[in-house]
Amino acid sequence: MTDQTLPAPKPKRAPHTGAAFILKRASLSAAIALVLFSLMIGIRTDAGPTGQLIYWTRFGDLAMMVVLVFAGSILVELGRQWFSARHHAPILPESAKRGLTTLGRLVVPALLIFACLAPVIFYNQRYMLDLSILVLTYIMLGWGLNIVVGLAGLLDLGYVAFYAVGAYSYALLSTTFGLSFWVCLPLAGILAAFWGILLGFPVLRLRGDYLAIVTLAFGEIIRLVLLNWQHVTGGPNGISGIPRPSLFGIPLTPGPNGLAAQLGIPFSPTHRLVLLFYIILALALLTNWVTIRLRRLPIGRAWEALREDEIACRALGINTTTTKLTAFAIGAMFGGFAGAFFATRQGFISPESFTFQESALVLAIVVLGGMGSQLGVVLSSLALIGGFELFRGFEQFRMLAFGGAMVLLMIWRPRGLIAHRDPTLFLGKPTTVSSELVKEGR
Amino acid sequence: MTAPASILEVQHLSMRFGGIVAVNDLSFDVRRGDITALIGPNGAGKTTVFNCITGFYKPTTGMLRLTHADGREFLLERLLDYRVSKVAKVARTFQNIRLFAGMTALENLMVAQHNRLMRASGFSFLGLLGAPTFHTAEHDAIERARYWLDRIGLTARADDAAGSLPYGDQRRLEIARAMCSEPALLCLDEPAAGLNAREGEALSELLLAIRKEHGTSILLIEHDMSVVMEIADRIVVLDYGVKIAKGTPREIRDDPKVIAAYLGTDEKAAIEVMEQDA
Repeated sequence: MTDQTLPAPKPKRAPHTGAAFILKRASLSAAIALVLFSLMIGIRTDAGPTGQLIYWTRFGDLAMMVVLVFAGSILVELGRQWFSARHHAPILPESAKRGLTTLGRLVVPALLIFACLAPVIFYNQRYMLDLSILVLTYIMLGWGLNIVVGLAGLLDLGYVAFYAVGAYSYALLSTTFGLSFWVCLPLAGILAAFWGILLGFPVLRLRGDYLAIVTLAFGEIIRLVLLNWQHVTGGPNGISGIPRPSLFGIPLTPGPNGLAAQLGIPFSPTHRLVLLFYIILALALLTNWVTIRLRRLPIGRAWEALREDEIACRALGINTTTTKLTAFAIGAMFGGFAGAFFATRQGFISPESFTFQESALVLAIVVLGGMGSQLGVVLSSLALIGGFELFRGFEQFRMLAFGGAMVLLMIWRPRGLIAHRDPTLFLGKPTTVSSELVKEGR
Repeated sequence: MTAPASILEVQHLSMRFGGIVAVNDLSFDVRRGDITALIGPNGAGKTTVFNCITGFYKPTTGMLRLTHADGREFLLERLLDYRVSKVAKVARTFQNIRLFAGMTALENLMVAQHNRLMRASGFSFLGLLGAPTFHTAEHDAIERARYWLDRIGLTARADDAAGSLPYGDQRRLEIARAMCSEPALLCLDEPAAGLNAREGEALSELLLAIRKEHGTSILLIEHDMSVVMEIADRIVVLDYGVKIAKGTPREIRDDPKVIAAYLGTDEKAAIEVMEQDA
């Protein structure tokens, strides 16, 4: 606790500058690159025409990579020195900072208005409309997971399991019993919450890496059950023909009963997209509203206290068992809602949609946004899902560019885009808590 | 109806960790409204006794009976850890401060009132809908928190993160947090550790005031003898998990066994003490 207040120790030796130092660093990087790439790039193996091992060398490419690393290392080092030289000078004048704060206050209303108007703006761009529905789905998933990871501090790597439970609940209930989307939606949420509690029980005593492993396994178990329980879930073939949502019982079909015919306007498939957009927007805003409310209730404060110090919680008479289980259940419930929406949007689901990669992506959204921050989840969803689409032009280098951007962002903001914590109530003027004091989800 | 004289009776308490006997057949009483101090050299088993009382350890043998002023009895060794605080109203602080560092001082005090607020918020359902009963309960809770912040002189820093407060303030905030759960028995694990002389005096005043104004019985572990001698009504001395003395501060100060345990003795003196004992 005390060592945080100490100033950072100043290096006694001469600062890391000068051509000799830079050359030393660059040579070291180049040497490491040479060792690494000599086998990865320098020698290429393949199966010959009769199945034997053949290999050939690519020393030219290897040399090029090593030179690239050497040059890149010099550039990085120069950039670092240039940056640290001006690091102590304030980057922005005081007035500009104040302007930014005002701008920051406008971000939320601006995003909200934009979200409400998005179908109008993108009415003729099906791709954009699809993309915004996708982004909103991930925002909702991120908000749901934020309750478990950001607030209660329980690292859950199997969140996609609840997404799957919600999706299959709706798919099975609607195709088997013919129930409508609006009836199935709460049922999907309840079933997912039930599974959240079921997962919660065995992991009550676990924290950190152990919790992560068990939740990861839970996610995989659910997926494998869906894959292998053929006569119920259809196995790898999935479930198709899932009914689309209706607007207060009016289907959005081209027939005479359809919404378009009743309104007397020409039918367009975009109508359904717009409806889907507003459904997911409403669901996401519901998630957000509930989370914000719960944070200010005793249960939300108990979640955050649990993240900070579980033993102190017990000493204060907080039942940590039920507190953890409610976090799992409520987080899972919103995952279930999102899953039901996913099923009705796609019309077809299969276990392939619920791989670990989805869990990792949602967790990345929460971590990148800053754990516990609602706005952070929105910004990082926009960056991760929307930004990923931006890199589509890079073709096979998409993942590389994307990964590089992530690494840079994590160097720049190690605790996420919005790292500080907003207290839930004040005696005096509103303040924020620095991220250094807030515990991370473990 | 007169309240029973002792709030906590510890009878034949033993705690073993594998082959190690941390506490061996310990019996003592904490009298209602008293400040009782548990002292002893390092490793004497004081914190183990605390952990048994507050439900963090299940004692190997022994009985811990807590009696409220209205005569209700609780056998602490049978309660789950959180129920010791929730039902039996025993609050504690920790030797190494365990505040919620990332939450503000005010929030820390609100978390301490969790169970009352939980009921008022209809287990979150009414609170989610903004029921007025919850708002009054929350208002009361904030007032209680403000009262305790005033008492420990931290009102000005109510909205600062607990982890950013100076060490002495954190110690007092932890006591205030324990008091916000309105305990019948307050257990303090080395509350004066790391405090300077002036802060130690302020702490003594605070504890005496808590006892006087709220009627809370206090059990404390302390190494700072100036604090113990000043405020304790009764002292229990532990060494190697065994009670070696009990009595008023004056009696303890002159007890040769206590002096021997604390200062060590040459062999002759030790034998003398043992003979005296036999």
